[in-house]
Amino acid sequence: MDLICTGTKHAFWLLLSGNSEVWRITLLSLQISVSATLISLLLGIPLGTFLALNRFPGRRLVISLVNTGMSLPPVVVGLFVTIFLWRSGPLGFLHLLYTPTAMVLAQVVIAAPIVTGLTLAAIQQLNPKLRLQILALGASRMQLVGLLLREARLPLLAAVMAGFGGVISEIGASIMVGGNLLGHTRVLTTATVMETSKGNFDVAIALSVILLLLIFGVNAVLTYTQQRQRPL
Amino acid sequence: MRGDVLLTVEGLRVEVNGQTLLSVPYLELARGEVLALIGPNGAGKSTLLQVLACLRAPTSGTLHFDGQAVDRHVPPLALRRRLAVVFQEPLLFDTTVEENVASGLKLRGLAKTLIRERVALWLERLGISYLATRLARTLSGGEAQRTSLARAFVLDPDVLLLDEPFSALDPPTREALTETFHRLQRQTRVTALFVTHDRLEALRLGDRVAVMNQGEILQIGTPEEVFGQPVNETVASFVGIETILRGRVESQAEGFAEVRVGSGERVAAASSLPAGAEVTLCIRPEEVTLLAATEVSLPSSARNHFPARVTRILPWGIAFKVHLDCGFPLVAFVTRPSIEVLGLHEGAPVIATFKATAVHVIPD
Repeated sequence: MDLICTGTKHAFWLLLSGNSEVWRITLLSLQISVSATLISLLLGIPLGTFLALNRFPGRRLVISLVNTGMSLPPVVVGLFVTIFLWRSGPLGFLHLLYTPTAMVLAQVVIAAPIVTGLTLAAIQQLNPKLRLQILALGASRMQLVGLLLREARLPLLAAVMAGFGGVISEIGASIMVGGNLLGHTRVLTTATVMETSKGNFDVAIALSVILLLLIFGVNAVLTYTQQRQRPL
Repeated sequence: MRGDVLLTVEGLRVEVNGQTLLSVPYLELARGEVLALIGPNGAGKSTLLQVLACLRAPTSGTLHFDGQAVDRHVPPLALRRRLAVVFQEPLLFDTTVEENVASGLKLRGLAKTLIRERVALWLERLGISYLATRLARTLSGGEAQRTSLARAFVLDPDVLLLDEPFSALDPPTREALTETFHRLQRQTRVTALFVTHDRLEALRLGDRVAVMNQGEILQIGTPEEVFGQPVNETVASFVGIETILRGRVESQAEGFAEVRVGSGERVAAASSLPAGAEVTLCIRPEEVTLLAATEVSLPSSARNHFPARVTRILPWGIAFKVHLDCGFPLVAFVTRPSIEVLGLHEGAPVIATFKATAVHVIPD
């Protein structure tokens, strides 16, 4: 019990004193996960929309793969991204292993299926006749997609939250492709694991609190955006 | 006769998995007319509407719009922008009423000031100006459908296609909206195709009425023609003819035929068909009058008088539907006071009369 109390006290002192290392780790976490989420949105929203609006042979198989991708274990993603980026691997010439870029890449592999699957569901839950109505209003194909996405904006924001939540809190992939290098690829989750294993519970608690605050902050902004127009 | 033709369809077929959903050899819409398309659920009405709205490509057939052929594989956007569609569900966007009404104009990239002007005008015409800033999802069914109508009318379309727009509304709201639509259509003279399964709505709104069943148009004509002279039994029963009898012409004199029906009764009908012809007789329930069984002075204008027995009395809107057995089944509409005056009840004797000209004869 004492451990928790002193740990928590120390944690707040660390936070309030503006420890530069802690802040650097926090910023890097945010940078990597926000980039990965944005890239996942760029990939996942068009793909999810395409899957929702088109019929083609093999569509169900693709959807099954996307759904499987939504629960990919980060450790497995980490393993395969590492193999790909390994010096002798297919993408080894890029020299990306143990860089923030590699971490972004791994997190995109985790978040993109989540965004794709939830976008697909978001569009599919719209009234199918809405498509006809939008076309009947004189929409071009692009305008149709734009209006459907606008109508599905609430569940789409949930997709953003799920994607971000999936990557900010994962550790397996980050530690494998990033390597937890101080000042270079150390992020909140990897640092927490390391400090805990060293018995520095106060620092670990401080890092966890920051991680929770970060997740809360981002989700609060997104939730506010989502619920702003919903008085009911 | 009906002015210039705006839209024609020829040899139209829609097939899905080898099954024919729609087969319309020819159909035209004249500029400024309202064509009411009626038929039971699954008759192919909505499919036809979607083909005309360029929302669905037919399997075969050609569509001419304003003298111009429409490529059935790539309906051009420019053409879709000359049409407007109102569906049974309002299908409004999750935004304000005015934004909804403006949506089609925005898709066309019109100037903001022009959009504002036209939206305000149509909100006013539909009596929903006070709802302009309300969120669409907070509207009642009637308000939502008014918004949907405004969103279509504001486009000033060449053709307005309506797919059972008022079917889901409660009767008073439906009545009010039908009236509003009627007024605005007369005011704008917009050409309209009005799909409905309600024959009264069709009768009220249609300049012409088309009856559809199983993917085919069975009859098309003025409301008087379709409701008064149905071409077959299916149309007859759909346009509200309750008594449909099979019979054979026994004799013929001066344009009146004596038709033997049921168990030997003879019904006089205005028809010049020769003796021996097999026919189907249609008698509308509102054409049948009931008299007390003790009545001695029968009206001379009605050639048909039959002693009958009441078999069933059903409430039917503001009137009652009385089923009779005259040796053949006959149905009459009767008001509540008449039920009381005649002392009608199941099993009661009564005299049923109707004019020979009220009997529509379909040759078999």
